Amino acid sequence: MTGTDVMPYSSTDDAAQHEVLQKTWAPRRGLFSWFFQIDHHSIGRRFLFTAFVWFGCGGILAALMRVQLAKPNNTFLSADRYNQIFTLHGITMMFLFGVPVMEALAVYVIPLMLGTRALAFPRANAYAYYLFLFAGLMVYGALFLDMAPDTGWFSYVPLASPAFAPGKRVDIWAELVNFTEISALIVAVEIVVTILKQRAPGMSIHRMPLYVWSMLVTALMIIFAMPSVMVASNFIGLDRLVGTHIFNPAEGGDVLLWQHLFWFFGHPEVYIIFIPGLGIVSSIVTVFCRRPVFGYTAMVLSLVATAFMGFGLWVHHMFATGLPQSGESFFTAASMMIAIPSGVQIFCWIATIWLGRPSYRPPFMFVLGFFAVFVIGGLSGVMVASVPLDIQLHDTFFVVAHLHYVLIGGAVFPLLGGIFYWFPKMTGRLMHEGLGHASFWLVFIGFNVTFFPMHKLGLSGMPRRVYTYLPETGWGALNLLATIGAGVLGLGMLLFFGNALWNMWRGRAAGADPWGGDTLEWATSSPPPHYNFLRLPVVSGREPLWHEPERAPVVAGLAADKREVLITHVFDAAPDHRYVYPSPSPWPFVAALATAAMLVGGLFTPWSFAIGLTVLAIFLTAWFWPSSPAKEGEESADSPKSGEAS
Amino acid sequence: MLMNVLTYAALVHESVLDPAGTHARTIAGLWSVFLWVTAAIYVLVMVALVIALMRRGKHDAAETPRGTYAAVWVAGAASVMVLFALLTASILTGRAVAEERSEPLRITLTGRQWWWQIDYEDADPSRRITSANEITVPVGVPVTIHLHSSDVIHSFWVPSLNGKRDLIPGHDGTITILAERAGLFRGQCAEFCGVQHAKMALWVNAVEPAIYARWVEGSRKTARTPSTPSEIAGLQVFLRSPCPLCHTIQGTDASGSTAPDLTHLASRRSLGADSLPNTRAALTGWIRDAQQAKPGCQMPAIDLRSEELNALVDYLGSLQ
Amino acid sequence: MIAARHLRTLCVWSFAILLVCCAREKRNYSPPKPPAPGKGLKLVSLAPGSSAPTAEVANPYEGNALAISEGKRLFSAYNCVGCHANGGGGMGPPLMDSQWIYGSDPQNIFATIVEGRPNGMPSFGGRIPDQQVWQLVAYVRSLSGNESPFAMNGRPDQMQVHRQDQSLPHLPPQRGSAPHP
Repeated sequence: MTGTDVMPYSSTDDAAQHEVLQKTWAPRRGLFSWFFQIDHHSIGRRFLFTAFVWFGCGGILAALMRVQLAKPNNTFLSADRYNQIFTLHGITMMFLFGVPVMEALAVYVIPLMLGTRALAFPRANAYAYYLFLFAGLMVYGALFLDMAPDTGWFSYVPLASPAFAPGKRVDIWAELVNFTEISALIVAVEIVVTILKQRAPGMSIHRMPLYVWSMLVTALMIIFAMPSVMVASNFIGLDRLVGTHIFNPAEGGDVLLWQHLFWFFGHPEVYIIFIPGLGIVSSIVTVFCRRPVFGYTAMVLSLVATAFMGFGLWVHHMFATGLPQSGESFFTAASMMIAIPSGVQIFCWIATIWLGRPSYRPPFMFVLGFFAVFVIGGLSGVMVASVPLDIQLHDTFFVVAHLHYVLIGGAVFPLLGGIFYWFPKMTGRLMHEGLGHASFWLVFIGFNVTFFPMHKLGLSGMPRRVYTYLPETGWGALNLLATIGAGVLGLGMLLFFGNALWNMWRGRAAGADPWGGDTLEWATSSPPPHYNFLRLPVVSGREPLWHEPERAPVVAGLAADKREVLITHVFDAAPDHRYVYPSPSPWPFVAALATAAMLVGGLFTPWSFAIGLTVLAIFLTAWFWPSSPAKEGEESADSPKSGEAS
Repeated sequence: MLMNVLTYAALVHESVLDPAGTHARTIAGLWSVFLWVTAAIYVLVMVALVIALMRRGKHDAAETPRGTYAAVWVAGAASVMVLFALLTASILTGRAVAEERSEPLRITLTGRQWWWQIDYEDADPSRRITSANEITVPVGVPVTIHLHSSDVIHSFWVPSLNGKRDLIPGHDGTITILAERAGLFRGQCAEFCGVQHAKMALWVNAVEPAIYARWVEGSRKTARTPSTPSEIAGLQVFLRSPCPLCHTIQGTDASGSTAPDLTHLASRRSLGADSLPNTRAALTGWIRDAQQAKPGCQMPAIDLRSEELNALVDYLGSLQ
Repeated sequence: MIAARHLRTLCVWSFAILLVCCAREKRNYSPPKPPAPGKGLKLVSLAPGSSAPTAEVANPYEGNALAISEGKRLFSAYNCVGCHANGGGGMGPPLMDSQWIYGSDPQNIFATIVEGRPNGMPSFGGRIPDQQVWQLVAYVRSLSGNESPFAMNGRPDQMQVHRQDQSLPHLPPQRGSAPHP
């Protein structure tokens, strides 16, 4: 019988419980155990590490572009190379960093924050990770072969259609979208299921931490937005490989169809990237102001409203295509109105700071940087929402400035703060605070020196995506300034990640709760054991650790000798039933390899999908094959036959 | 040609904040409104944040002062109202900019990888004018430009005159420009269109109506007949080399249609859609190997002996 | 163990793919002057059937995606479509089959374009720069499947001929009567 219990446990009980849980949840050992891992800590860490590796690659590409643009008529990069680089920079930051890194952080943090033992569908999680890894390897391999996509991350037709994009470059783009979106969709489903069904008893939906809310909203947005771009990428795959005419105007196809499909994904994508950032800001503001965020309900409603409205304004990327007046007015209104929920959240955070007592430690500094930068991005967003202004500013460096203010301001600043904040939980060690402050100021100053002048460049007529410009245009000085700023920004990033890498081994030991956090992840040791919590907590408020953490009730009745997880009800988080989670398996890795082979083969022939799906079906059968009761019985003889989730 | 080069740098008008057309001026007005309003909002938010940081709030206070709710409500309501005001301003400006105007002058602009073909339409085919990368318009007359693309999506944008409008295959559109003062206005393709997207610029040359009428008369004429021996030899070189397969010179046998019309080449400011100034040296280099100045463009390297090349450049330089 | 074997196979395959990719994806906009085999060939060899090439000159653009694509553009820009249609043939012979009157090796096609052939094929010598002739050669050979399918365009982008677009309904031929004019 599952229930809650306030009975105190003795330390001998704890030790015995630890033994059993450790045996049940510990990953297997051995040469190939790396391929068997499914536990959310190791997959989450790998996910984060890989995403930051791609972030570094994307940053190097950005630096190369800034060097090329530092002076007019520069010949540092050829036109063709530059086009590949700016395309790959966009692809990396959007598909290989922005979405995955947020999901990766959630994969690590969310189960801890919810007080559960594991993420839902752990095997699928491993599969999603390997696909993500292969995606990056494929596209960076292509760059070294001089065949990286060169039509922009948006890959507009007809420039990407067979007649104007020879070779396999655009096919690589299309398959990369398949890779990353399969991966992102799988993780999104895991996050939604974990949040809705695995919360600690008592963590009803109005007691969920705001970070959890933000990830729930983000994951739902991913589930609704990503299919659109997968449809688009497979349409262009069909056009290029099979010879359909979906986007060929000569044969009755329509090139604007592409833009609608792409931006129906592409605009929500922006919110998908920064809504988790807003959640991180809420976590950090709460902890470093020693006060719950003001206006919880307003915050949650704002997140949800942003998500809904985010799907209603994709057309503002298409104002220059010439749309009917009434349509333009509608999308202008929608694009401006989405500033309101973000504004409400900003006001609530300021109120929290007002009421609280801020302590200026590095995570909080990054949040302050977020305020200074993101608000500029939001306000320039109001500008480009206006049709008359947008037809002047669209596709110029003004938009480059705007989107970096929104995405670096709204996602990367909070993310760096969040990494600093959760670093002790993941590694058991603290990052260096002085270096943290130094890296914050370098990043903050470097960022503004790089991107603020771009507003002016755009107004002076400099279009985006140009590999060079003439000296007569007078854009040289501000471009040089931006390049210098990019150097400072890069230095700050190096310092931040150097700080992180160094202190992974050399840092001061953190202890379970170095910041005095309010949420459940700080209730367990750092780094957490494989089973997360010795005894699963029961929650009675929004800030469980701030309300009598010593005598908190815990869950009793879960088997420790099986991978058993407590499933709770969606709204009130009342205990519902127990569920046995699957054991480590190599099949996710093998299936990911097969999927990768299928998608890479899809560059060359559509038959790859017919063959690949057949092979994949065989591997998936092996993956889902129920383990024999006899084998299960070794661990618990009396266990009833229980379903396995993967 | 020399004049062109000397005045090149001094005359670049290419800025949203330096409007010379009715539409651009209206939009610049809206820009000022947005700029000041958003700047004020930013300052207010940052001041509130700084004050919040300076104030040492009550630690762990369970209840929240009523004033806080009021303040957040007021801020929220104020931002809704400000946004509605901006929205209204934006839509009114949008209507004003989009207002249909009469079309005394009709130009068709065709986007090509990576240059602009310009056709002045006329019911009488002999009175049509075809040019490239340079639009001459009379000051004070609304000019409707019909936008058409023959390959990929391009975008026509002359910041000093009006906002941009995409040239989309299968979706022809129009844009109206009205220059308020004489001048040279530069614009660049604003939609990524392939390897040489960066070198796809055009000029709008707004001139007084009298000068415009003279320009029209001159442009309707066929090409100048070569007069010096070198120019005559140059025409021969032109006709027996690869040139006429792509280029047209009206009044000669050259009638290719996939590259810029060269009938009045010497009167243009620049070569290769503003890749190079239109000088003798640049033209020589361009013919010898255009791929140096604009790698990936559709003009191939032309293999000519130097005396042939000289004669050809002499001839092309005479096509005023 | 299974994983390790897969990994090895994957490595071998990806290496093989990489080797093929290099030639296909190269984009060199100002290549060194390509070889021109035209000099040694007779103007008209008039040897239908199998033809023995005189000098082995490889097309520098063999299997290059950009060159085939450029060749395709030039094929209509230089009005080759006027006689050969889009490979199906019209006034000129079709190019979709692989056995041609004057040979289907790259240097034969080069010579055909540069020198011209009796009964209608004009000489483009001096008109089309050698580099572009080679691009045309690559494209023309791709029509008959002589180029790697991985380097070719996935579809023709120009308007296609549809039966329902034609003015006359398609009638079965009638016995004994002349075909409809």
